[in-house]
Amino acid sequence: MTTAVMPPDPSPEPKAAESEWRGVASEDAAEISVAGGVFLRERSRRLLGSLARPHKKALWTVAGAVLLQNAAGMAGPYLISVGIDDGIPQILAGDGSSTLIIVFALFMLSAVAQGLLRWFFFTRSGYVGQAMLFQLRRRVFNHLQELSLSFHEKYTSGRVISRLTSDVETIGELLDESLDELVMAVLSIVSIGVILLVLDAPLALVVLLSFPLLLVMFRWFGKNSTLSYRRTRETVALLIVQFAESLGGIRAVQAFRREPRNQEIFEEVAEDYKAANRRAWQLIAVFEPGIMLLGNLTIGAVLLYGGYRTIIGEIEVGVLVAFLLYLRRFFAPMEDLSVLYNSFQSATAALEKLSGVLEETATVPAPAQPRRLDSPQGTVHFDAVRFGYRSGAEDAVVLPRLDLTIPAGQTVALVGATGAGKSTLARLLARFYDPHEGSVTVDGVDVRDLTDADLRRAVVMVTQESFLFSGTVAENIALGKPDATRAEIEDAARAIGAHGFISALPEEFDTDVRKRGGRLSAGQRQLVSFARAFLADPAVLILDEATSSLDVPSERLVQRALRTILTDRTALIIAHRLSTVEIADRVLVMSDGQIVEDGAPADLIGGSGAFADLHQAWLHSLV
Amino acid sequence: MSVEQPTPKSGQGFRSLWRLRTYLKPYVGQMLVMGVAALVTVLAELAVPLVSAAVIDGPVARGETAGLWALGALAIALGIGEAAFGFVRRWVQSFCMLDMETNIRNDLYAHLQRLPVAYHDRAQTGQLVTRATSDLTTIRRFLGFGIIFLIVNVTLFVVVTVLLLRLYWPLGLVVALSAVPVIVLTVRFEREYIVASRQCQDLEGDVATVVEESAVGIRIIKALGRRRQIGGRFLREAGRLRRASLGKVRILAKFWSILDIVPQVLLGIVLLFGALAVAAGDLSLGSLVAFVALVVMLAWPIEALGWILAIGQESATAADRLYDVFDTEPAVQDLPGSVDLGDVQGRLRFEAVSFRFPGSVEDVLRDVDLTIEPGETVALVGATGSGKTALTALVPRLYDVTAGRITLDGTDIRDVTLSSLRRVVATAFEDPTLFSASVRENLALGRIDATDAEIAEAIDISQAGFVHELPWGLATRIGEQGLSLSGGQRQRLALARAVLGRPRVLVLDDPLSALDVYTEGLVEEALRRVLATTTALVVAHRPSTVLLADRVALLENGRIIAVGTHTELLDGVPAYRQILSADALPDAEAADNAADADLDEDLDSEVQVGASR
Repeated sequence: MTTAVMPPDPSPEPKAAESEWRGVASEDAAEISVAGGVFLRERSRRLLGSLARPHKKALWTVAGAVLLQNAAGMAGPYLISVGIDDGIPQILAGDGSSTLIIVFALFMLSAVAQGLLRWFFFTRSGYVGQAMLFQLRRRVFNHLQELSLSFHEKYTSGRVISRLTSDVETIGELLDESLDELVMAVLSIVSIGVILLVLDAPLALVVLLSFPLLLVMFRWFGKNSTLSYRRTRETVALLIVQFAESLGGIRAVQAFRREPRNQEIFEEVAEDYKAANRRAWQLIAVFEPGIMLLGNLTIGAVLLYGGYRTIIGEIEVGVLVAFLLYLRRFFAPMEDLSVLYNSFQSATAALEKLSGVLEETATVPAPAQPRRLDSPQGTVHFDAVRFGYRSGAEDAVVLPRLDLTIPAGQTVALVGATGAGKSTLARLLARFYDPHEGSVTVDGVDVRDLTDADLRRAVVMVTQESFLFSGTVAENIALGKPDATRAEIEDAARAIGAHGFISALPEEFDTDVRKRGGRLSAGQRQLVSFARAFLADPAVLILDEATSSLDVPSERLVQRALRTILTDRTALIIAHRLSTVEIADRVLVMSDGQIVEDGAPADLIGGSGAFADLHQAWLHSLV
Repeated sequence: MSVEQPTPKSGQGFRSLWRLRTYLKPYVGQMLVMGVAALVTVLAELAVPLVSAAVIDGPVARGETAGLWALGALAIALGIGEAAFGFVRRWVQSFCMLDMETNIRNDLYAHLQRLPVAYHDRAQTGQLVTRATSDLTTIRRFLGFGIIFLIVNVTLFVVVTVLLLRLYWPLGLVVALSAVPVIVLTVRFEREYIVASRQCQDLEGDVATVVEESAVGIRIIKALGRRRQIGGRFLREAGRLRRASLGKVRILAKFWSILDIVPQVLLGIVLLFGALAVAAGDLSLGSLVAFVALVVMLAWPIEALGWILAIGQESATAADRLYDVFDTEPAVQDLPGSVDLGDVQGRLRFEAVSFRFPGSVEDVLRDVDLTIEPGETVALVGATGSGKTALTALVPRLYDVTAGRITLDGTDIRDVTLSSLRRVVATAFEDPTLFSASVRENLALGRIDATDAEIAEAIDISQAGFVHELPWGLATRIGEQGLSLSGGQRQRLALARAVLGRPRVLVLDDPLSALDVYTEGLVEEALRRVLATTTALVVAHRPSTVLLADRVALLENGRIIAVGTHTELLDGVPAYRQILSADALPDAEAADNAADADLDEDLDSEVQVGASR
C-alpha cells in the first residue's frame, strides 16, 4: 500500500508458495499493532456507518417493526401463563371459558401480527441491505478506477476482484441476518431481563450472575477472531490472484506444461485459506457452545432455586413456569448474538480491506480547482521534469531533468535504447504518473490542473499492448468515442486500414472478439487500438511502440494514414522501426533520461551522431 | 457477455448436488459424528423442559425438596451435554467440511487447467472465480450445516410429534397435521427460488467479470479516459444483481414469514384445547406445561426449515454451475492409447490441415500442406489475419486441427501424450505472458528440472542479460505481483523460455517485434546458432526475421500459396514482395501505389473523417 493512512505494520514477506522469490511484496499482514488494529476497526465502522446513514429512516422503521414483532412475541409466554393460572381455574370453578377464549384470540392475533411484521421486516431490510451493497460496490469500483497506475501495478487485478466479490459478499452475509437478530437480541435481553426482575427479583439476580462471564467470552472471541478473519480475507485474495492470473495466461501454461507447478502453488494458497478458515471456525466451536453452556447452567440453577422457592411457597407455580420459558428466550438471543457477532467480525475484516482501498489516495489526484481546456491546440511543454518510478530512490531516477517544447502540430519521433526513458516521457505526458519535480503542460496548462475528461480529450496514448474488452469489434473501437455513430466507427477503421480484416470476420464489426480479444491476432488488436485512438481524435497523440506487431503492409498502411491524421495534431511517436521516423518532423534521441540529439530526420541521418548510426543499423536490418 | 444461462429445473440442481457425494465419501464418518452430535444437542435441549415439568409435577406439586436436587442435577448435566456436543459438532465440522471444500476447489482448478484454450477464450474469468469462491462456500454451508440440520430437524419434528401423541394424542395429531401446509408451501417455494438463485449467482459472476476486465484493462481505460463508460457498465451489472437479489429477498420474505406463523398458530391451538382438556380432567397441568414447552421447541425446526431449504436451493444451483465446468470435456486431451513421444528427429509435417475456431463458421486454415525437415527453419509470412498465429497454435495442440493431420516424425501429434508433445515443442507467443513468480521460474515454467547452465544459455541467446541487473537477479519476482518489465524485456524472456533446454521443435510467433534494432541484431545472431539444429516454424513480419529461415511459406487467406527461399519468393511472387518488400520507404512509394491501388479509396474516406474533426 502506498500512500494511504496506514498504521505502522511490519509487512513481512508473504510466506508459503511465494517463499522462493523476492520483490514487490503483497498487502499488509494479519498481525497488526494494537493501535493499528483499533484504527482499522474504527475506519471500517466509519465506512459501515456512512453506508447506513442514507437509510436511517428505513432502518428505524425496520427496527420499529422488529420491536413490534418482538413485543407481540413477548406476549406469548405471558398469555400462556394467564391461560394456565387464570383460564383453567375459571373453567374448573364452572365460571365458563371466557378468559381462555380471550387468551386464545389474543394469541392468534399476535401470531398473525408477528408474521406480517416479519414479512415487512424481511422485504424492507433486504431492500436496505441490497442498496448498501450496491453503494459499496459502486464506491469501491469508482475509487479503484480513480487510483493511479502505480497502485494497480502493485495491487494486482486478482486482489481487485477479491475485494469486489468475496469481501463484498462477506458484508452481504452480515446485512442478510444482522438487523433483526441484533434488535431482537438486545431487546429480548433487556425486556426479558426487566420482566424477570418484575416476576421475581431473587431469581433474576441468579441470572445476572452469568453476565460477567458472558462479557469475558465475547471479549476473548472478539480479539482472536479479528486476527483470523483478517487472515481469511488475505488468503482468499491470494487464492483469487493465483486463480485469475494463471487461467488468464492459459496458453503459456499449457504450452510449457506449467500445470503441475500451478496446481502446487494453487493448492498451497488454498491450504492457507483453509487454515485461516479453520482457525476462525474453531474459535466459533469454542465460543458458541460456551455461551450455550453458560445459559444452560443458569437455567439449571434457576430450576433448583426456583423449585425450592416454589416448594417453600415464596412464588407461584405459574411464575416459575413463566420464568423458565422466558429464560429460554433470554439465552437463545444470547446465542444468536454470538452468531451475529461472528458474522460481524468476519464482515469487519472485509470492511477493513475495502476501507483500505477507499483510503488510498490517487498519486495522480484530480485537481481541486481544475482549469478548462476547451479547444486544445496541442503545444506540449516539459519544464525541468524529474521523475523515477520509486519516489525517493536516488538510483531509480529515470528522467533526471528534462526540458522539452513541442509546438502544436509537430510530429516528434522519440528514439533510443531500451531503458532510455522514452516510454516514461510518454506516460508523464499522458499523466499516468506525475513528475516529482517540474511540470508538464499542454497549451500552457499544467496537466495536473486538467480534469480527467479534458486531459483525455486532449491527449490519447496508444501502447504496444492493445487490450480489448469482451464485446464486439465496433464496441471496442467506440471506446475512443462513446457516442460515435456506426459510420464514424467504420470510417475510423477504414482510415487506419483495419477495415479489410474486419470485413473478413464472420460478423464483421459485430464479431465478438472474445475475452481479451483472443479471437484476433496481436496485429489485428493493434489495428483496433489505432482505430480507437483515431476516433478519439485528440490534439496530442502518443504512439508507444504502437505498430510493433503489425506486418509490413499493415504498417505501411498505418504510416500512410498517419501522415494525414497527424497533419493537424501534435504527435509523439516511439518506435524501434525507424520507418515511423520518416513521417516525423523532428527526431529526439534519448539516452539515460536525457535528450542527446534533436533535429529534423534528414539532418540527423546526414550527421554523425547516434541517430545516424541507429538509422544505418536499421537499414541494415531491413536487408 | 452473458454465458449460456439455462433455466434451471429443480431436479437438475439436486442431481448436481447429489453428484457431489463423491467428495463427501471420505468424510461419511465425520458427518455421522456431526449428525449424532447435532441430534444429541437437540435432544438435550428437548429434555430440559421435560425435566422442568417433572420438577413442577413432582417435588413442587408434592411440596417436598427431596427429588428436587436430583432433577436439578439432571438439568445441569443435560445443559453441559448440549454444549459439549455442540462443540464436538463444530470442531469436527472445521476439519472435514473445509477439507471437502478445498478438495473440490483444487479439482476445479485442475480441470480448468486441462480445458483447452478454446474454452478459456470464451469463459469469463469472473464467472470462473465466483465458482471457485462463493459457489463453493454456498455448497459447503449446505453440506456441512444445512443438510445435517435438515435431517436433525425432521427427526426432531418426528420425535416431538411422537412424544406429543403419547402425552395426549388428540393434540398430538393436530401438531402432526401441521406438516402438510409446510410441505405444500415448500414445494411451491422451491420452484420459484431455484430460478432466482441461479440468476443471482450468474449475475455475481458477471459483476466479477466486469471488475476483472476493468482491472486488467486499466491502462487502456486511463489512456482513453473511459472511466465513465466502464463505470457505467459495472453499475448496470451491479444494478441487475441488486434487482435479482431483491427478487430473491421477496420470495424468501413470503416463505419465511409464513413459516414463522405456523408454529405460533400451532401453539395457540394447543393452548386452547390443552387448557380445555385440563379443565375436563383429561390432561394433568404438568403435562400441559410440558406439551406447551414441546410445541415451543418445534418453532425453531420449522422456522429454520425455511433457511435450510433456501441454502439448499442455492447450493443446488451452485453445484449446477460447478458441473457446468466439470462436465466440459477437454476437447484437446490425451486419446486412449496415446503414447509417449520419446526422442524425435523433428520432422514436422502438416498434411491437408484445415482449422476453424470452435463456434466459427469459417475456416481459418484450408488444406495446408507443409513439411519442415529436421533442423530446418521455415518462416511463415502472410498478411494480418491470414492464419499464421492459428497455424502456430496447432503445433503444441493448443487447438486441434479440424481436418487433416499434423505429424512429428510421422506420428500424428494427436496420438502422443500432450505432455510429451509439449516437452518437444516449445513456443514463444506474440503476447509474452509472465506470471507472478521469479524470473527463473518464469523461464523454466513447466521444466522445473532446468539447470543453471541451461537457464544461462537461454538468457544469453535471447539477450536477456538485464535480468541480472534486477534487484534480486533471477530470484526477482516479476509478473502482475512483481516488478513491471518493458515490452522488449518481456519478449526476450518469452523467447528465452522457448529456447530453454534446446527443444527439438521451436515455434516462434514474431519473436523480435518489440526489440530495438541493436538488440534485434544480437538476438538474431544467437538465434541463428540455435536454429541451425532445431526444427523451427517462425512467424515473420520483417525481412530480418525471415532471413533466420531456410525457407519461407507464404500464407494467404488460410492457404499456403508459395514456398521457397526468401530470394526466390521475392523474385517470383508479387504477393510476397508486397508483404515483405523492404522498400516501404518514401522512395518506393510509387511501387506501393501501384500495388495497393484500392488503398487510395480508403485514404480518401479517411481524409473525410479527418476533416470532420
